[in-house]
Amino acid sequence: MSFISRSRHVLAAAVVAAVVPLSAAVAFEPTNPECIAPANPGGGWDFTCRQAGKALYDLKLVPQPIQVSNMTGGSGGVAFAHIVSKRNDDDNVIVAASSATSTRLAQGAFPGMNKDQVNWLGSVGADYGVIAVSKDSPIKTLPELMDKIKADPTSISVAGGSAVGGWDHLKVLNTARKAGIENLRQIKYVPFEGGGEAVTQLLGGHVQAFSGDISEAKGFVDSGDIKVLAVLAPERLPGEFGKFPTATEQGIPAVGANWRGFYGPGGMSDEAQKYWADSLRTMYDSPEWQKIMENNGLMPLKLYGDEFEAFVAEQIKDTEDLSREIGLIK
Amino acid sequence: MDVLSSLMDGFAVALTWQNLGLALLGCFLGTIIGAMPGLGPSNGVAILIPLAFTLGLPATPAIILLTSVYYGAMYGGRISSILLNIPGDEPALMTTLDGYPMAQQGKAGEALALSGLASFVGAFFATWGLVFLAPLLVKVALLFGPAEYFALFVLAFATLGGIASRNQSKAAFAAALGLGIAMVGVDHQTGMPRYTFDNIHLYDGIDFLVAIVGLFAVSEVFIFLEHRGEGVGGKTGPVGRITVPFAMIKQTAGTMGRSTVLGFIAGVLPGAGASLGSFIAYTVEKRLVDRKGTFGKGDPRGVAAPEAGNNAAAGGALVPMLALGVPGSGTTAVLLAMLLALNITPGPLLFQNNPDVVWGLIAALFIGNLMLLAMNIPLVGLFVRVLQVPPRILMPAVAMISAVGIYGISGSTFDLLVMVGFGVLGWVLRKLDVPLVPVILGVLLGNLMEANLRRALTISNGEWSILWGSWLAIGLWTISIVGFVLPIFVGRYIRFTRPAGMKDTAGLEGEDPD
Repeated sequence: MSFISRSRHVLAAAVVAAVVPLSAAVAFEPTNPECIAPANPGGGWDFTCRQAGKALYDLKLVPQPIQVSNMTGGSGGVAFAHIVSKRNDDDNVIVAASSATSTRLAQGAFPGMNKDQVNWLGSVGADYGVIAVSKDSPIKTLPELMDKIKADPTSISVAGGSAVGGWDHLKVLNTARKAGIENLRQIKYVPFEGGGEAVTQLLGGHVQAFSGDISEAKGFVDSGDIKVLAVLAPERLPGEFGKFPTATEQGIPAVGANWRGFYGPGGMSDEAQKYWADSLRTMYDSPEWQKIMENNGLMPLKLYGDEFEAFVAEQIKDTEDLSREIGLIK
Repeated sequence: MDVLSSLMDGFAVALTWQNLGLALLGCFLGTIIGAMPGLGPSNGVAILIPLAFTLGLPATPAIILLTSVYYGAMYGGRISSILLNIPGDEPALMTTLDGYPMAQQGKAGEALALSGLASFVGAFFATWGLVFLAPLLVKVALLFGPAEYFALFVLAFATLGGIASRNQSKAAFAAALGLGIAMVGVDHQTGMPRYTFDNIHLYDGIDFLVAIVGLFAVSEVFIFLEHRGEGVGGKTGPVGRITVPFAMIKQTAGTMGRSTVLGFIAGVLPGAGASLGSFIAYTVEKRLVDRKGTFGKGDPRGVAAPEAGNNAAAGGALVPMLALGVPGSGTTAVLLAMLLALNITPGPLLFQNNPDVVWGLIAALFIGNLMLLAMNIPLVGLFVRVLQVPPRILMPAVAMISAVGIYGISGSTFDLLVMVGFGVLGWVLRKLDVPLVPVILGVLLGNLMEANLRRALTISNGEWSILWGSWLAIGLWTISIVGFVLPIFVGRYIRFTRPAGMKDTAGLEGEDPD
């Protein structure tokens, strides 16, 4: 009952909110809007572009369907460089981004580029990190796993879907550091092509632990094949993920949120900047988007404009510190 | 029979006018996309995703449309392989080896019809495999850890000699060149760039599609230019009958059966994919039945094997995608993305949660297959017309399609330059009589092979013994060693007993197309 009335309330709010940007749209309305996914079809960025593009059009927040273009290269660096050098004052383009983008920026992996060259528009949700083991593993809690690593780092291989120094690796390192492990370089991290492949290796018993995002682990958690030791969120998540303990409540205050969102060209006009941030905010509040978040294990993260920019800046700084500590950057 | 009743439900879903129409459309578009050099199943599906969204299709019809495109492209890839010696997509690479010689002998029609039939057999039985074996096969795929994957890739390279046996050292050089090209890009284990010269476009490495189109299609254009358009191509003679003689079906039946099984298994393994399926099917078949050394010279079995293999692999690749949410090939990665976009999460629970999608899809695969067979045999005549197009018209079209295809993948002009670079490289290699197929295999498998070796060694703390630490790995190593050593002795024996003047079997060794 209360759920129904609440969703009605949300719906009403969405309708009201949808009207506002429509009137604002007199000032700016994109023509031939484009969303650049800086990776091949199939990845998280592609998903962000296609899902958000579809939702924005379905909600009539954009006048035409958003054209999704895939611009692969340099782990997002080619698209970043393209926006900075060729599309700097284009009001009609947005680019999908995530923690992977901020990680690369922090580690200087986009040569000669930094976060101030683009406009951070807003987030559409976050994918919190999980540390998991297979269902028949003798390890039951996160501190147990960390104790094993502390006692003998060679006994545990952790699989993840990103490269060494990438987001899945950083989550393991950060957790280990918070658990009091000093020699972070001894931790065995085995990179695979994507979270799905890493989970498969865990199921096959080839590795002992898995570091990934909730969305990657969801199917396997539902089927009972893997056991989530900890969710790297500040507090217990809403909904079905509420049953998993956070790292913090097990005495290891590690948090890892893989945010998903968008940036636009640095020279974008103020009207366009406001238009995109407002449209994303309205979309975020819509029941359609809430449903998409629920289905894909995306958790709340709602930041727009300056707030979002500050959030990205902070994450870049944290990543810089951690990367320096393990010797990835000098 | 639980499975059969589910399948019947699936047919009920698939047999609506709308879904049948979409399957037909998908098969037709897929065949055309597959036949175009450079455009393969993965970009074909990617290009048509917006179409599915624009039509506002719900999940089941959308996935029916796109898997029809997938299967269609797997069929279509063979057409340009046989007629032009340019693989329409990467899994059709092996079909050039015997398909093009058959076309040169005036048997293009037979080759096309036979390969259509082989494609049907491979895809049809692989779909049955998908129905019955999906839960079981997922367990087999789980046995493959990094060490076993490494052994599997060693197996692929150890049997390389089988394709290019004219000159083993040139084949080895070509494979090494391919492996070297594969090293370009950011190293996934350490995040360090290798051979990128600080150029951000090289950070993701060289896309093998760019390499394939450059080496095969663009170099073909260069050779045409070199001859100033005289005496190149268009000399394939009469097409011949466009049916498969019964004797040929009899001759190739065993080949199709074995290749289907091998291709299906290769498809099921995540990351191996259709190319490995057709490759292993061809080399194993050559080992088993090529007693007279006719493979590479237009042996029908050399056409049937890779086509049955790659179409079976296409079916096999759907197993890990649907059951684990892990794509077994590039195309299934795209399909996975589309399912996610439609709020369907493939994975262990998909069969329970979305039975209508899964069984509707499987039923649509059966229907699509029949449509493709029906479409491909009579339409062979139409495709064969391509042969009658004079090279001065065809070659510019090849250049244009290559450029558009490559630009369409990444939207990068840099890739176009890389493609032209590979075209020059392909032209040089052809002049030096170096086979091109091992180069591609090196590029295709090099990264995976390296990554798995290093993963295995990370897990074992540097102990090399992990590489033969399981029975599965030992079995793969045994097959590799036998596959590598045997042809050296058997090959010598065959060469010795064969009348002088008869050349050894040739691969795609840079022969001039005239």
